[in-house]
Amino acid sequence: MHSPAQLHIPDGFLSFIVSLICWLITALVLSVAISRTNKSLGEKQVPLMGVMAAFIFAAQMINFPVAGGTSGHLLGGALAAIILGPWAAMIVMTAVIAVQGLLFQDGGLLVMGANILNMGLITAAIGFGLYRAVLRSSRPVKLAVAGVAAWLSVMAGAFTTALQLWLSGTSNLQTVTLAMLGVHAVIGVGEALITIAALAFIFQTRPDLLDQTSISAHSGRGWVFAGVVITLIVLLLSPMASVNPDGLNRVATDLGFINASRSASGPLAGYSLPILANASFSKITAGALGSFVVLALAFLAGRSLQKKSKIDNRQS
Amino acid sequence: MHSDAFDRYHHGQSPLHSLDPRIKVIITIAFILSNALLPDGAWIAFLLAWAAVIFANAVSGLGVAFTFKRSFIALPFALAAITVLFSIPGKPVTSYHFMMWDFTITDAGLLRFVSIVIRSWLSVQMAILLVAVTEFPKIIHALTHLHVPRIITMIISFLYRYLFVLTDEVMRLLTARQARSAASPGQRSGGSVRWRARIAGHMAGQLFLRSYERSDRIYNAMLSRGYKGDLMTMHPHHYHTHDLVVGVLSIAGLLIMQMAGRL
Repeated sequence: MHSPAQLHIPDGFLSFIVSLICWLITALVLSVAISRTNKSLGEKQVPLMGVMAAFIFAAQMINFPVAGGTSGHLLGGALAAIILGPWAAMIVMTAVIAVQGLLFQDGGLLVMGANILNMGLITAAIGFGLYRAVLRSSRPVKLAVAGVAAWLSVMAGAFTTALQLWLSGTSNLQTVTLAMLGVHAVIGVGEALITIAALAFIFQTRPDLLDQTSISAHSGRGWVFAGVVITLIVLLLSPMASVNPDGLNRVATDLGFINASRSASGPLAGYSLPILANASFSKITAGALGSFVVLALAFLAGRSLQKKSKIDNRQS
Repeated sequence: MHSDAFDRYHHGQSPLHSLDPRIKVIITIAFILSNALLPDGAWIAFLLAWAAVIFANAVSGLGVAFTFKRSFIALPFALAAITVLFSIPGKPVTSYHFMMWDFTITDAGLLRFVSIVIRSWLSVQMAILLVAVTEFPKIIHALTHLHVPRIITMIISFLYRYLFVLTDEVMRLLTARQARSAASPGQRSGGSVRWRARIAGHMAGQLFLRSYERSDRIYNAMLSRGYKGDLMTMHPHHYHTHDLVVGVLSIAGLLIMQMAGRL
């Protein structure tokens, strides 16, 4: 078994505290997901999502040669979210990651919460959130956005993996961010291309499935917000982590997080420089403000575009 | 492909095979948890943990080195930890000159790196042993008893059941693609990267449709057999006193290990 993306963290690489926090977040999100899908799917939930989980597992084996012996793969989080809806996709991805960890030791058990968070929850939120924003647009737009969302979902998963490794004291922030994002920028292209082509194929053959599965039951606008926010956080924080890691280090130290998360593994001096405290905070504030402005603009643009396409639909 | 191609279970009659699955799952998770909690450089505790792994291997009847042989799957990930060798301040041990950079390995960095790799290496061995001595459906059943949400465990058991079926489906798709992708000598088969990605995507889409329709048929078949939203089992778990004793002894052993690690 080979994993499509090097995101399956084995046991031992994350500290106890980081693993625990990731498990808590994952359990919280999953409990919501379970109650939501239970309402929308009822007793059909188990067979449908069980087979869909097997589908994602099997689809991860599909590859295509890119260049120089490397090949493109599918992780599937974004694709699953688009065709099944975000809540169902999260559960499906959880099952896939659980089996990969339990049966094949592809990813650890204590760190499984982190793996589910990185590869299942975040990918589904970004995949569906961005796709949901252009739901009423034309097919090419939808496909393009799905591709971008798929790429971003892989990048986001890679970035949170890097963050967790850093917070656990396993890796140096700058190096691991650069390495993770660099590798997954390429892997993500494969993900994006396969996602687009798979969706195009389903659009052509069974467009009814895409309408009924994802939209009817989970049409919350909150997903657009969630998807855009996570995307923005990744887009804002990852350059910071790779160019100016001291800022993030400083913040984590000031919040007491680095020491808390590493205390279980012996005394360890945080490897951050004790400068830039104020500079980094002002930077983060500016970044947060900027992201809200962008978010608001994107939201308004999305609304106006949607209204327009609704009118178009009615006319045609 | 046969359905056992993915199975990691090795049949046997050892005490470890017959131990209650719940106890086995709990011990495995407690072992991994204990490794995560051990401080860096707790060599005695690491040795004890390794002894525990070897002991469990011996008891399983699969051979003392059974998990050792398979324990290197997680090792590529050690690359992610390699940066701590250089980034933690400490006494320099050695330094390398590579192109234009100087890399200095510090003693603190080395200690951290080795500890991380050992923790991972020990943990993965116990996880390997768990699936080698316990049938996977029993592990899932044990998880249900340990209050993992039923929905999740039922979906996992479905995934496990149809994994082989859909993997077969993928294999057929891959074979078909290969059969159609003849190449003349000196020329690579297939078109541009975009074209190849499109084919792969169509395969994924095709697989989705087949899976989706299959899930419909399965659901109907289940309905006609009286499915009401809950899966029944014919293998209820009963644990005996000796299961509990083994569980308590193992947890006590882990506590001793923790104390040894903090001396």
